[in-house]
Amino acid sequence: MSNDSKTDYAIETTNITKIYGSDNTEVVAMRDACMQVKKGEVVALLGPSGSGKSTFLTAVGLINPPTSGQVIIGGKLALDGPVAKTNLRSFRRKHIGFVFQKSNLIPFLSAVENIQVAMELSGESSREARRRSLELMDYLGVADRADNLPMALSGGQQQRIAVARALANHPSVILADEPTAALDGVSGRQVMELFSKVAHEQDAGVIVVTHDHRALDVFDTIYEMEDGLMHRKSDHELSTN
Amino acid sequence: MILSIKDIRHNITHFVITTIGIGMLLMVVLGMGGIYRGIVEDATLLIDSVGADLWIVQKNTRGPFAEISRVPSNLVHRALAVPGVKFAREFVFHTIQREQNGKPLRISIMGLSWPTDKGEWIPLTSGRPLKQSHFEMIADKTLKLSIGERVKLGKETYTVVGITESMINSTGDGIGFFTIADAQSIQFDTPSEAVRLERAAREARGEKSEIGIKQPSLLENAIKPAAELPQIARPQISAVMITMMPGRNADKIAKIISGWDDVSVYTKLGQRELMLKGNVEKVRKQIGLFRVLLTIIAAVIMALIIYTMTLDKIHSIAILKLIGAPNTVILGLILQQSLILGAMGFMIAYAVGQKIFPNFPRRVILKDTDLYQLAMIVLAISICASLMGIWKALKVSPNEALS
Ligand SMILES: Nc1ncnc2c1ncn2[C@@H]1O[C@H](COP(=O)(O)OP(=O)(O)O)[C@@H](O)[C@H]1O
Ligand SMILES: [Mg+2]
Repeated sequence: MSNDSKTDYAIETTNITKIYGSDNTEVVAMRDACMQVKKGEVVALLGPSGSGKSTFLTAVGLINPPTSGQVIIGGKLALDGPVAKTNLRSFRRKHIGFVFQKSNLIPFLSAVENIQVAMELSGESSREARRRSLELMDYLGVADRADNLPMALSGGQQQRIAVARALANHPSVILADEPTAALDGVSGRQVMELFSKVAHEQDAGVIVVTHDHRALDVFDTIYEMEDGLMHRKSDHELSTN
Repeated sequence: MILSIKDIRHNITHFVITTIGIGMLLMVVLGMGGIYRGIVEDATLLIDSVGADLWIVQKNTRGPFAEISRVPSNLVHRALAVPGVKFAREFVFHTIQREQNGKPLRISIMGLSWPTDKGEWIPLTSGRPLKQSHFEMIADKTLKLSIGERVKLGKETYTVVGITESMINSTGDGIGFFTIADAQSIQFDTPSEAVRLERAAREARGEKSEIGIKQPSLLENAIKPAAELPQIARPQISAVMITMMPGRNADKIAKIISGWDDVSVYTKLGQRELMLKGNVEKVRKQIGLFRVLLTIIAAVIMALIIYTMTLDKIHSIAILKLIGAPNTVILGLILQQSLILGAMGFMIAYAVGQKIFPNFPRRVILKDTDLYQLAMIVLAISICASLMGIWKALKVSPNEALS
């Protein structure tokens, strides 16, 4: 693996550490986390609540810069410690798709518009964006709810729309933080499989934070966090679980 | 996809009610300007429509509009003798408050110099000018009198023969046009008992005076009606109006008349100045200050509305930032809503104002320039109002989408 050139990695973090607060209120949420995700690789991130999974994911997602360490996306250094090395927002728009535990849809936009808006922000024409959004919705089995507001959708349906939005701009990185918490087992697995499929088809690197041990077979690699420390689980560890 | 409109549509009832509120507020701002215009127009309306080039008034007064002025009626003849003067007319003007059909009736009475002036210059909406030297009147619409209606003023009854529009004095009372003689008899109307007492008093004074004792026949004259006594002055008039021959310089003629020691003279422009600087100035400032206050209040309220609308959207804004929306998109979202709010408010202000202002007791004049001015003010308010919301929105961290 050490022979792989840098650009084969969709995501690379080197010793990222996040310290919240200062002095006596200091919390080290994540210490020296290192992860390398190849293009087309699907990674699961496990760990108990409060172990720093979200902190790691938001650092990789360029929305919560680390205190130190580097975040490299698609071979490009994006964050050097807290310092932005690129326009983070436009970088996110072009390269990163997010899905979070709560669906995070915009309440005043209909389901299809929630997907469409992400495409339009990337310069897609309104017509084409709508066409592709409906296509994605169809693919995720929620096409019939296109014109409903998020409020009128079930948790699972909302989550699928969020997934569709994350995939809208063919991202090279997909980050999902407990995306299946609102879904039942079957549809949870469906979503995981979709991520895997997209990763392989689009050569994207995917990190999914999950508690759901039933769907772990979908993943290529598994990492675990505990008290802010991250380590990669060997296949042996997995089989004993 | 226009996010601002999508958001408004989502909260349409809330937005409509807010817009109506803003509209009403802006309507008051608009109305204040209109009231000011109305007061200025009303104040100078009579001066303009009478069309006199020069006004001769009592010495050292600013009459006849700004204060009371008394000049003898024979001043007309002296004025006519000045070179360059085409006409000189008596001006009699005073306001009375009587009752008609049990309701108060305020009339600003203006005398017309019968027979030279029958009121042909007065723009009538219906009826005709005066046709006889007594007992006819032309009434302004605001007096709510109709043609043929009879009004008792003093001892006489006058018939309305013509109706005018927008002929009001500087305090908004409708003008009634009468012949000078009628105007004066309304002004100087004295009850019979008062006349009898005055005649008796004259006789008593005469009996005591030396001349009365030496010439008893004088006493017989003293008890005659005042009008038959050459010694007793005619009722005075308010001012004399001069119309110049064409091509003459008003200032030159004014200079000649200002040499007379018993009167003062003003040009038409001077009269306008007196009205605007004197009577209207304080009202103008008052209304102006209220207008400024209201504009500030409107701005503050709009800012608060836009700010709360932004607060309601913080989560959505965080999501937009999370998925990489540039600041221009977020700034546009808030600014557009502010502008839509302002524009709709302005339209409501204009539409409702046009409907209700004509029913106000005094004129509210909406000029195009005032509308443009208000539009500019609303534009400025909308932009300022959005600043606080924009500031808040730009500070939102995409992290907040996750909480
Ligand atoms: N904004 C913050 N300020 C201070 N401490 C935080 C903040 N966010 C998270 N933490 C702390 O960092 C640690 C890791 O949190 P988090 O990454 O959310 O864990 P997980 O997602 O694994 O549950 C926790 O102890 C949490 O209390
Ligand atoms: Mg978490």
